[in-house]
Amino acid sequence: MKPGDTVKLITSEGTFEGTLLPRPALLSSDITVLKLTTGYNIGIETKKIKKSTVLLEYEMPIPVRTKISYNPELPTVAILSTGGTIASRIDYRTGGVYADYSAEDFVAMCPELSMIANIKAVKVMSIMSEDAVASDWQAMAQNVIDALKNSDGVVITHGTDTMHFTASALSFLLENLNKPVIITGSQRSIDRGSSDAFMNLTCAVKAAASWDGACVAICMHGTISDEHCTLLRGTKVRKMHTSRRDAFRAINDQPLARVYTDGQIEITNPDYPKRREGKITLRKIENAVALVQIHPDLDPGIIDYHVKQKVKGLVLNATAFGHVPINREKTLGPSLKKAIAAGITIVVCSQTVYGRVNPYVYTNLRKLSMDIGAIYLSDMLSETAFTKLMVALTYKNTKEFMESNIAGEFTSRELEREFLQ
Amino acid sequence: MTANITCGLEIHQQIDTKKLFCECPAIMQEKEPEYTVTRRLRAVVGETGEIDIAAAQEAMKGKNYFYECNDENVCMIDLDEEPPRNMREETLNVAIQVGKLFKAQFVDEVQVMRKTVVNGSNTTGFQRTALVAMNGHIDTSSGKISIPTILLEEDSARTIKEEDRHTVYRLDRLGIPLLEISTGPDIHTPLQCAQVAEQIGKLLRSCKVKRGLGTIRQDVNVSIIGGTRVEIKGAQDLALLPKLVELEALRQEKLLEIKKELEKRGVKGVMTQIQDLTATLSSSKSTIISGALKSTGVIKGIRVQGCKGILGWEIQPKRRLGTELSDRAKIAAGVKGIFHSDELPNYEITQAEVDLVARKLECGPQDAFVIVAATPEKCEKALCAAIQRLNDATKGVPKEVRTAKEDGTTTFIRMMPGAARLYPETDVLPIRLMKKRIDAVAIPELLDHRIIRYEKLGLGKDLAELAANSEHALLFETFVNKFAGLKAAYIAEILLTAEKTIRRQFNVEISPTATDFETLFAALSEERISKESVLDILKEKKPVKDVLGKYALLSDRELELAVKKIVSENKGMAANALFGKAMGQLRGKASGQKIVEMVRKFSA
Repeated sequence: MKPGDTVKLITSEGTFEGTLLPRPALLSSDITVLKLTTGYNIGIETKKIKKSTVLLEYEMPIPVRTKISYNPELPTVAILSTGGTIASRIDYRTGGVYADYSAEDFVAMCPELSMIANIKAVKVMSIMSEDAVASDWQAMAQNVIDALKNSDGVVITHGTDTMHFTASALSFLLENLNKPVIITGSQRSIDRGSSDAFMNLTCAVKAAASWDGACVAICMHGTISDEHCTLLRGTKVRKMHTSRRDAFRAINDQPLARVYTDGQIEITNPDYPKRREGKITLRKIENAVALVQIHPDLDPGIIDYHVKQKVKGLVLNATAFGHVPINREKTLGPSLKKAIAAGITIVVCSQTVYGRVNPYVYTNLRKLSMDIGAIYLSDMLSETAFTKLMVALTYKNTKEFMESNIAGEFTSRELEREFLQ
Repeated sequence: MTANITCGLEIHQQIDTKKLFCECPAIMQEKEPEYTVTRRLRAVVGETGEIDIAAAQEAMKGKNYFYECNDENVCMIDLDEEPPRNMREETLNVAIQVGKLFKAQFVDEVQVMRKTVVNGSNTTGFQRTALVAMNGHIDTSSGKISIPTILLEEDSARTIKEEDRHTVYRLDRLGIPLLEISTGPDIHTPLQCAQVAEQIGKLLRSCKVKRGLGTIRQDVNVSIIGGTRVEIKGAQDLALLPKLVELEALRQEKLLEIKKELEKRGVKGVMTQIQDLTATLSSSKSTIISGALKSTGVIKGIRVQGCKGILGWEIQPKRRLGTELSDRAKIAAGVKGIFHSDELPNYEITQAEVDLVARKLECGPQDAFVIVAATPEKCEKALCAAIQRLNDATKGVPKEVRTAKEDGTTTFIRMMPGAARLYPETDVLPIRLMKKRIDAVAIPELLDHRIIRYEKLGLGKDLAELAANSEHALLFETFVNKFAGLKAAYIAEILLTAEKTIRRQFNVEISPTATDFETLFAALSEERISKESVLDILKEKKPVKDVLGKYALLSDRELELAVKKIVSENKGMAANALFGKAMGQLRGKASGQKIVEMVRKFSA
């Protein structure tokens, strides 16, 4: 008797017929789950089962793959799939959802994509984005370079948890990017009719096919209605809600464009690099970077730990203007000085998310910047600083790279409407 | 009447708790919506790798759904912006009570499922539903009726407006806990159907369920021998049930006659192509045809071989097979309807035009035709739907979900969904139903017993029944215990009939809260107000505590002064007139008896 079999179970309370389902591994195992012919699942206490008969053995269905045809009139877009909710279906082993869909499956589930562009599909990896490591970003970047040789733009389907890390990492890894790289995903799994995946994917493909930008951007729902998606600069974007469709927001920046379901693209902030000719090169990445959350009563030993682990860069997610505890008993001062002495680059961003750090307003800040030598990163997000530092460490002059505006990660003017938009 | 009817009922009853998977109150929202969210839905591949037909059919329509929301009773869970909480335990306990009342067998573990619904009535695209108990029964006057399943599910959103390209829903009803009690196919007469529904409803009202219009809905499944199970939705009125069943049995009988006739004629289905008839009918005087042609419309048609007379075959009062084609076309394509040759000439379409169309479609003497006027795309969709219905006719009765109309006839809503519609809700945990848990839930007092108990409290039979059936039953009992000085019958009367009395006598709508009633009864039992003021107080339509002062009883001293004043101002007035005058001015300020006594004393 195996999951999927049609079975008859005789228990102390009656006879049940249906399909045997696997029991999620994390739930108690003394229950047998049966899908009745009505479609309802019920749990039966295994010890009550007196006799079981297999009525029909389960055979794995062979999925039919649709072939994608070529239309010379249309631009070409490569969809690189990397995993995540947008590519997930139900896992009967854990009762949760797992990544499975490949790019071809997207075209099958969203046929209108073939009316926007010729779709090329590459399955780069299949991970949940919380499991991502720095080398994944490098692999994605290499795949983007390869795919862009024969396409007008790239869409990357991605888990949403760390999508903004990937967006910023790719922004720095892809030097001289000449076409759009659009990252999309979904906040609702695609097994349901209400999933945001369909619209996000359609808008992302539209943007990759015909938007005039040449940068990495995230394309997700702009509101909780199915009305438009927004293109958000890869270095100025953050997931700001655990579950809402419109969780991704531009931070200290304005959305670059709105993409409507009918294919219309409305530019909302024209300040971005445009499509051009040229050769993209791949920068290198160094993963020995740690991101440290500053909080009251922080043990300075955390800095010593990272020094001992031989990190090459530290991002301090500091309080407000860029403060860390420095005046009382639990000061980070000596530990940070030791770290600098060990050749570690220390950069400072703010945990307020919005606004700019400032190395001069208070004495404490001057100590950290002038005395200790930490680099203050203006309005850069700490997540962006984290991936940028990884790339910067492969340069001789790390400080200079960190302080240059490589991919729009710094803005010089903050506008009123940018806060909590 | 048709013999060999088999019916089963599905009773949907709202439970009177908060919503099933979130913390929102379960109230009908009558205020203007504060915001609206727009969504589209899609047909998706289910657990078994198949797309459900019903779901695909809905998604094909490419509709927008507008969801009206108010902060008071809509949260991000209702909007599918946040995963659900675990199932409300309090609500599950009501389901357990109901399971016990129907002597059903509980599942060992309740598994919440997602039932695909793509008409937009659920923001998620599915309804959360769980099988709680099985194999119950109810003893009725006409024998034992089996209750194979008792489900606990979330109610769908309330339809506000349905248009061609979009539907407006309000999210107040979405997520309200709903019990679905299904009977086995044990009902065999239309009358029995209504009786069983009534008895189940009565049993349910022994528990903590909602009362009033829309809180209980009956669906009925009907089939006859040789026919098919057809589900009829939306019978809110019990009195309509027998007629619905009778007319559905008739419909199936007629459809079987049509099938037999088609066999006799050797018709196996529609095998012709859809043809453009725009040129043929371009000069038609028919308002519908010329109206359609004026906008970007065309006219298309099909020949239906061997079906002359079949499309006009009456299957229910004023409904023909052609009406069923039309229903399908309306749903599939959003057209106003179709024309078929058995109903023409009519609708300003002339015999000459009928002949032209028949010639163009190469119809023989035994053939019929169907035409439709709309945009080219809609015409194709409408005719495909009509062809499908015609092909179904060769097989007898199609498996459909239909909706009840007021006259007891029904119209098509969608094809009967298959089992592919259910897959696990992985966002919530299954709930183990241990024996201990089930035993801990007490069986509620049955409605009949409650009525008898209320009669013993001094309520008349009608009032006792009203009180027992009312959603105020619990409140009533609380007040009876709390205000021992007041008669139970009086409390029941005010609680249950004051609203109606005030509406009838003064044409004023009031909706007092539980607190209002409590304040009122407290003041009465402490003799701060008189019974005569009660209706006036409620009629003010203000919180009772705010108006009590105005109706406070006068002290003996104050009353004495007031009476003396009236007497002195009306010297020489006849005794009876004086009584009337005093009562008029002092009504509600003191008991009638006291006023009369005082007037007598001071006018003497």
